[in-house]
Amino acid sequence: MYIQALGNISPQTDFNQLSQTVEYTSNHLKAADADITEFVNPNIARRMGRIIKMGVAAAMACMKEAGLEKPDAITMGTAYGCLEDTGVFLKKLVEQNETMLTPTNFIQSTHNTVSGQIALLLKTHCYNNTFVHRGFSFESALQDAIMLMNENDAEHVLVGAADEITDASHKILNRFDLYKNNVANSEELFSQHTKGTIAGEGAVFFLMNKKASENDYAILIDVTMFYKPIGSNAIIDRINKFLSLNGLSINDVDVIINGKNGDVQNDKVYSQLEENVFSDKTSISYKQWCGEFPTSSAYALWLAANIAKHQQLPSDKAVKTIKHILIYNHYQNIHHTLQLVTAC
Amino acid sequence: MSNNIYIQGLGIISAIGNNVQECLDALQNRADGIAEMRYMQSAHKHELPVAEVKKSNRQLAEMAGMPASLTRTALLSAIAAKEALADTAIENIADWKVGFISANTVGGMDKTEDFYKEFLQDTSKGKLRDIANHECGSATEIVAEQLGATDYITTISTACSSSANSIFYGARLIRNGILDIAIAGGADALTKFTLNGFNTLMILDKEPCKPFDENRKGLNLGEGAAYVVLVSERVMKTLSKQPYCKLSAYCNANDAYHQTASSPDGTGSYLAMKGALERSGLRLADIDYINLHGTGTQNNDSAEGTAIKRLFDPHYPKLSSTKAYTGHTLGASGGVEAVFASLAIKHGLIYPNLRFETQIADQPFAPETQLIRQDVKNVLSNSFGFGGNCSSLIFSKV
Repeated sequence: MYIQALGNISPQTDFNQLSQTVEYTSNHLKAADADITEFVNPNIARRMGRIIKMGVAAAMACMKEAGLEKPDAITMGTAYGCLEDTGVFLKKLVEQNETMLTPTNFIQSTHNTVSGQIALLLKTHCYNNTFVHRGFSFESALQDAIMLMNENDAEHVLVGAADEITDASHKILNRFDLYKNNVANSEELFSQHTKGTIAGEGAVFFLMNKKASENDYAILIDVTMFYKPIGSNAIIDRINKFLSLNGLSINDVDVIINGKNGDVQNDKVYSQLEENVFSDKTSISYKQWCGEFPTSSAYALWLAANIAKHQQLPSDKAVKTIKHILIYNHYQNIHHTLQLVTAC
Repeated sequence: MSNNIYIQGLGIISAIGNNVQECLDALQNRADGIAEMRYMQSAHKHELPVAEVKKSNRQLAEMAGMPASLTRTALLSAIAAKEALADTAIENIADWKVGFISANTVGGMDKTEDFYKEFLQDTSKGKLRDIANHECGSATEIVAEQLGATDYITTISTACSSSANSIFYGARLIRNGILDIAIAGGADALTKFTLNGFNTLMILDKEPCKPFDENRKGLNLGEGAAYVVLVSERVMKTLSKQPYCKLSAYCNANDAYHQTASSPDGTGSYLAMKGALERSGLRLADIDYINLHGTGTQNNDSAEGTAIKRLFDPHYPKLSSTKAYTGHTLGASGGVEAVFASLAIKHGLIYPNLRFETQIADQPFAPETQLIRQDVKNVLSNSFGFGGNCSSLIFSKV
């Protein structure tokens, strides 16, 4: 499917700015405040939770760029859902011992709130689905879109992902020892060789088109997910199978986008591949820009789409010939995913 | 080889029974599962009846052969999914590509509530074990590993239509050649979070609910888990056991009216039912039974009824809501009702709509109030939810 338009709310501004990235000095990368006044009545916008604003902003920017009024389907992924509203409702429930509660936070706490709000704003009755499966959430949404097109049920599918960090969720995840304690500079994420990563968040949407249009970014050829592979060889096997299923081999891949997150154990999985199947490949990382979270692979697809369109790597002005880009990400060595992107 | 997707196994645990046979007996004996809270602890214990699974977490853990420290959602899910897979008579699932597609609305919230009590006092407190399975996808993975169904794992959360969507997503994965077998459905445990959330919306009945009754006062929340095992024709032909039925059509539409309320004309419900019917190639008159979403709220039953009137008038199929038995099991309800639809076809049953007395004034039809035994060829099953998410499934006799 063709990637016709993009919308991205992340801790960065945009691709063209990636040479002057926003740097972080904590283990908590916060997405830029989303301005949705262009799309939403301010009274409604004021009541929306942060993740809803992020999701709506990314989705509406995407629709605007595509110049399309309504898609034929909306599919999205969110691992954590609407944490802020969930947390507020839960806090009041506990502190007020189940009394004097109001519905607003509960209403906005359900995992399908973002996709429901997008449907409301676009006034579309089309197919609408939300996947909530940790590091497979976004890829499931992509798979759904690919199948809808195969089944001739959709030409245009709005596909995306959104996840937010709240103070409470950050504190909790920190207790699982996921994050680095002393982050001098997010750009130095990979030079520390220590335990832990940096937390991120964001919302990215894509308008996928079954047919080519004039201004496509790239083509998303295929996506696959595999659960808890045992050892490097199992991963290599999956990569080779995935490429060959799409008529390619690793020799055809020009750029690898890897999901390194700065955690020394986590990144070993990637470095083992670099010594093997990915050796001699141009390989770039992206989590120094968006942080680590289960749906960060949507940010990776956004990056791949831009690299394919501009034929340029981020922070590199040189124009290269880039045809095939392979995104390989794993989340906590449990959820492994591959996305294959080809330049138009 | 046809594109048909067969339902080869069923598994369920709900307020009316701990397995398929117990639920089937209860449905035929008018034995509902709505009562005062016994297992859940809540300030609303004496005020809001619920449809609990009649087992403590410890008892569920024993049934599942899993630790009682897991979330109730994961335990319920494991019990129902294991029953469904065992029911198929598939000898060696390793011969096939097998996936587990589950659904829920609040993940491990039952344990998160325990965690939060201490965490709010001191953010360094609260057992991490109690929050570790908070994410919706967590229970799915625990159960998928138990089943040995890890070729494809995902979780859907579209409020009350979650497991209707997971079932037809499973069917589509088979049609697209990604899987041979999909164990699909959903699970949700009762939590204070959902109980209080629905209570703030003032849509909970303080008495056992009366779906599609003029004097209905709201819904009762329930809990449970239910799965169907979907198989391709190729798999079905290798099995000694007849399938229950086939999943002949599905449709997902969005009401796009309000975050929680249904539109007065039931646009989303109408489009979901109409879309499923068109895809099935069936005529309106071919539908023998509609298993209604029928929550018992003013809003849902009015919108759903209006949509049915718009689509079926003047010839209405027999219809009933089984939520008067099971309560509204949220993320599990599409799965629960898919199991009931499959049993309706296999055993030739139309279930009574318990406690129905008075027909809704502007609706020219009434649900069935007695158990009917007749040939059932096609069942339309509705699941509508928050976020405007509306899905309808059609199950057909093979």
